[in-house]
Amino acid sequence: MTENTSKNIKFTCRDVRVSYSGKEAVKGIDIEIADRSVTAFIGPSGCGKSSFLRVFNRMNDTIPGCAVTGDIRMDGEDIYAPGLDPVLLRARVGMVFQKPNPFPKSIYDNVAYGPRIHGLAESKADLDEIVHNSLKRAGLWDEVKDRLKDSGTGLSGGQQQRLVIARAIAVSPEVILMDEPASALDPIATAKLEVLIEELKEKFCIVIVTHSMAQAARISQKTAFFHMGDLVEYDETDQIFTNPAELRTQDYIMGRTG
Amino acid sequence: MANQPSIHAGVRALARLKKRRRSEAIFRAFGIAAIVFAMCALAWLLGSIIGTGYKAFYQHSLTLEVELTESILAPNGSRDPDTLRRANYRRIMQEAMFTRFPDIEGLSSADQRAAKRQNFDIMSTSGGPNYIRQMVFKDPAMVGQTITVRIPTSDIVDQYLKGNLNVDVPEVQRKISDRQIAWVKTLRQSGEIKAGFNKRLLFSTDSRDPELAGIASSFVGSLMTMFVTFLLAFPVGVGAAIWLDEFAPKNKAVDFIEININNLAAVPSIVFGLLGLAVLLNWAGMPRSAPIVGGIVLALRTFPTIIIATRSALRAVPPSIRDGALSVGASHVQAVFHHKLPMAAPGILTGSIIGMAQALGETAPLLMIGMVAFLTEIPSSLTEPATALPVQIYLWSDSAEQAWSERTSAAIIILLMVLVTMNGIAIWLRSRLEKRW
Ligand SMILES: Nc1ncnc2c1ncn2[C@@H]1O[C@H](COP(=O)(O)OP(=O)(O)OP(=O)(O)O)[C@@H](O)[C@H]1O
Ligand SMILES: [Mg+2]
Repeated sequence: MTENTSKNIKFTCRDVRVSYSGKEAVKGIDIEIADRSVTAFIGPSGCGKSSFLRVFNRMNDTIPGCAVTGDIRMDGEDIYAPGLDPVLLRARVGMVFQKPNPFPKSIYDNVAYGPRIHGLAESKADLDEIVHNSLKRAGLWDEVKDRLKDSGTGLSGGQQQRLVIARAIAVSPEVILMDEPASALDPIATAKLEVLIEELKEKFCIVIVTHSMAQAARISQKTAFFHMGDLVEYDETDQIFTNPAELRTQDYIMGRTG
Repeated sequence: MANQPSIHAGVRALARLKKRRRSEAIFRAFGIAAIVFAMCALAWLLGSIIGTGYKAFYQHSLTLEVELTESILAPNGSRDPDTLRRANYRRIMQEAMFTRFPDIEGLSSADQRAAKRQNFDIMSTSGGPNYIRQMVFKDPAMVGQTITVRIPTSDIVDQYLKGNLNVDVPEVQRKISDRQIAWVKTLRQSGEIKAGFNKRLLFSTDSRDPELAGIASSFVGSLMTMFVTFLLAFPVGVGAAIWLDEFAPKNKAVDFIEININNLAAVPSIVFGLLGLAVLLNWAGMPRSAPIVGGIVLALRTFPTIIIATRSALRAVPPSIRDGALSVGASHVQAVFHHKLPMAAPGILTGSIIGMAQALGETAPLLMIGMVAFLTEIPSSLTEPATALPVQIYLWSDSAEQAWSERTSAAIIILLMVLVTMNGIAIWLRSRLEKRW
């Protein structure tokens, strides 16, 4: 491995297993995820994409009965090391969920919440700046700039999803995990979201779970195909969609299984 | 090719539909009947309480000229407090009434004594003299003067004027004599007896005489008790609920605690009273009849309610909110206190206020710890003997005189108004807190 490529690797996973009350849902996955690019996870429902995605910000820790084993390193650092506080990890690895979940607070407070708890803003002006930049980056600023005091839950689904992305960006993470972020959105909102992801990858490492082959093909650089808890194939997106090595991948992409 | 009719068309399908519709109609009719029944019961209850209770809110009083004769009040000419305290104010009032109706003089001597007594009985026989005593005590210089005072009539006269007494029976069977009726009619016509708002009901303490009795002491007693209850039950209940729901380890001990909290909510309240009696009074030696003890006992009774309300309110918060908070790096405690608790607050407050309202209506446990004191003074500290509004209602309802029954209903009206106000506050808080989102 050359110096250059290892620098671009954000996550390295060795033999990662996730089990719920002893039942294994992710069965020993080795994978490397590149920084400043979009990695897509695809695969049939129940194959463990979400379970595996939650490994990266240790959200599995909050699920009773869920156990994660294996070696997961972020920039070479073991994120499951005993001394590591998941709270700090989650500040570095943000997450966007399938259903938009803004807090029932104002739009401003939604975005300002993360910076506030981490003490990122020295002053009110600082905080205003962070909120402004985050909303701008999430492509929501123009739509909400006149109603920052309004409730975040009053926005449309697509706007809420971008608000949640702004909320994640506001704490300056290095990684953004997205679990089917567009599944509740209409095609126009989805298109906006994809443009946004395209821009975000310039600064962040993005891992996205999606059920849309077309979406994975459009936005991702690398694609991982999961099947029943196994990582079947992991390659350049172009490669996966034009010339998959595995028959199972091919069948899934062609819509023959799933 | 034969055209197969749809399974949802035809006679049999219609019959199925009709059956379904009929059971729906029956169900709806039952629902409406249940609601109508409940509303009727409520209307009847409120109607009967308000129907008797409203009369206690006004009361008749008598305007009278009273000569503060020096030879009766201070025969030795001194004005020292001791003499004035023990002076015969009853006599003063008897004389005043006699002066108002000098015709009594013309009666035979035996008759005259009875007439004088009946004459005096038109006014509140303890309220009238007491009123004068207080006035003279405040300003001893009044002795020797003639003053005009306004004093309550006796409860019998009041009841007669309110039409609550049956006067169509022979004189011996009623509490008001023909002579008294004649006097009262005269006084009423001349405007000396007038009806007015019964301030005493709200601002006086308890009394043996219904025309003088009020709820002030028991109301204050209830407030003090509720204060202690809230201070103990609310923080402990909410805290325990948060811990149980969010931070408690999952093990047998915690399960056991959970089961017992639910059981605690079902324990009859008198048991808490017995506990208070045995532990707080007999063992810990706390003062009897005191609001602090009542408050502790009612807190025990209220806090399972608050725990249960808080837990269900916390569980009603969608987990996605917690996930959202955790995903931006909030700690578990922050996720709970910044997000779950504010969202659960309306439910917690509503549950707590309902719990407090239940506590406010509790009578049995307070009887057990002796909060049945007959109080002619408003309690001024948490350790002084006190009583509570529902206990007062209970005591009044036990008294025989007609005048007490309307006062009992009036006290119930006041208690209900306090409860309605509490619920109003709950609703108001709810809408206010929800608007912030
Ligand atoms: N909280 C949980 N408790 C128990 N089992 C779970 C839990 N979450 C997921 N599982 C199980 O783990 C397996 C993988 O689930 P996961 O949600 O990771 O699949 P997925 O690939 O994200 O599916 P989908 O595309 O439908 O979202 C499933 O068999 C599921 O039943
Ligand atoms: Mg999933």
